[in-house]
Amino acid sequence: MRPVILVLAMALTTMALRFLPFLIFGKRTPKYVSYLGKVLPQAIIALLVVYCLREVSVTAPPHGIPELIAGGSVVGMQAWKRNAVLSILLGTVVYMALIRVI
Amino acid sequence: MAGYIVLGIGFGILLNKAGYGIGWAFAMSALIYAGSMQYVGIGLLSGGASVITTIITTFMVNARHLFYSISMIDKYKDSGKYKPYLIFALTDETYSLLCEDDDVPRESINRYRFFVSLFDQCYWVAGSVIGSLLGSVIHFSTAGIEFSMTALFIASFTEQWLASGDHKPAVIGLVSTVLCLVIFGTEKFLIPSMLLITLLLTVIRKKEDREG
Repeated sequence: MRPVILVLAMALTTMALRFLPFLIFGKRTPKYVSYLGKVLPQAIIALLVVYCLREVSVTAPPHGIPELIAGGSVVGMQAWKRNAVLSILLGTVVYMALIRVI
Repeated sequence: MAGYIVLGIGFGILLNKAGYGIGWAFAMSALIYAGSMQYVGIGLLSGGASVITTIITTFMVNARHLFYSISMIDKYKDSGKYKPYLIFALTDETYSLLCEDDDVPRESINRYRFFVSLFDQCYWVAGSVIGSLLGSVIHFSTAGIEFSMTALFIASFTEQWLASGDHKPAVIGLVSTVLCLVIFGTEKFLIPSMLLITLLLTVIRKKEDREG
């Protein structure tokens, strides 16, 4: 039963986040809120990158080397082709290969 | 849009490996419909997280959706019967696609937005279900496939960096989060990071207002 409740909790919280701004700022959005709407996504994406890498240790082997190389390949591919699917596929394949050899 | 099939497959495989089969993959992708949160959600489900932890984590990971919605308030103002679904289906991918719809004729814009949103979700649900099926038939090690989520965010970060002339928000996000990770540790850094980011962004806005 608990997994059902957790999935519903995730679904309802997500829905609340998506619908609330429309309910609260339906007609006029305060300037400060639109400013946050413009700049926060970039900052939060940066936060999520760090969040994903939070368990990586630079002091213990393999010193974050697989993450560094695979992450670098994502940046390089994205800068080159501007295609997120290609970048994600490449990074994931590189990472899966590296953790097996390093 | 094809990105959603690939990411959905990754999610389906991981969820299957965690012991939750095809019904769960379908239900989560249909009801939650938030890519990164569903990856994080696998950890919550298999780790037996409490309801409160789940709600707080969902809030933190998905808080950016507040801002996607805020920036769509004007665009979706006259979308009529499509509006509830457009709001429900406003994911990272759909948001980025619909930010660039200026060349679509105005008279069909609401239908266009509705079908972009709907197809995105169909791809996502289909990918999850395919991934779940794959997860139950492949038996080689899928260790490392969780990096697809990290790669997703690194790719978005790179794309936003390249597309934006102002890198201050990205730098603030990166520095604040690393700082809070060092100070508060891996379990408790998310909330302080969000607060610090909001504070710093507010400070630079005040400063730019004075200068501008």
